[in-house]
Amino acid sequence: MSDEKKLAIIATKGSLDWAYPPFILASTAAALGYETEIFFTFYGLQLLKKDLDLEVTPLGNPGMPMPMGMDKWFPVVGLALPGMQGMMTSMMKKKMASKGVADLTELRELCQEAEVKLIACQMTVDLFEMNTSEFIDGIEYAGAARFFEFAGTSDICLYI
Amino acid sequence: MADFDQELDASGLNCPLPILRAKKTLNGMESGKVLHIIATDPGSVKDFEAFANQTGNELMESKEVGGKFEFLIKKA
Repeated sequence: MSDEKKLAIIATKGSLDWAYPPFILASTAAALGYETEIFFTFYGLQLLKKDLDLEVTPLGNPGMPMPMGMDKWFPVVGLALPGMQGMMTSMMKKKMASKGVADLTELRELCQEAEVKLIACQMTVDLFEMNTSEFIDGIEYAGAARFFEFAGTSDICLYI
Repeated sequence: MADFDQELDASGLNCPLPILRAKKTLNGMESGKVLHIIATDPGSVKDFEAFANQTGNELMESKEVGGKFEFLIKKA
């Protein structure tokens, strides 16, 4: 057993905004010397695709800051209008780039460079009949028991 | 500001990039060498303190110069 601290993360969400926390925390932890693993399950599997095509939705998310007071102009039902999700996604991406927030692909590469282990849930791959050739290289395919092998010895364990 | 051996300009980058770039640069430096970092992210002040505390690399200096944040870190 090493005396290195360990961080175990379960990533379950596949939207643009929720893609950030697992990769930000994992890359930072690795830089601080943590041994880190992320277990991707259900919609979290989207974060392992070579071509990240993630979107953000204002639907069911009253905490999302809307530009130009749009939430007043378009209460709830308006947020479901066709094109709204695409527009919010494009605005969010522009905002992130202008504020110097890392590109997701870059953060993910930094994680891999720092030897963060990325584990894809085999059951989810089978369930949604996902094509593993669409996923990046260097990931492991395994199940819940594999997650606990590491998580059971971790210092911090997060469900995102 | 004291002498340094290498410089990293992390201006315009947001959390966690300044820390990640600094870590990467330190990886390529010898023990005892000093890295000068320039950042514009106000969060980096507390973050570099925490980085130093947790990695054992010494934060020799931390200051604000003309709206930018500058750090000197000595590699452990």
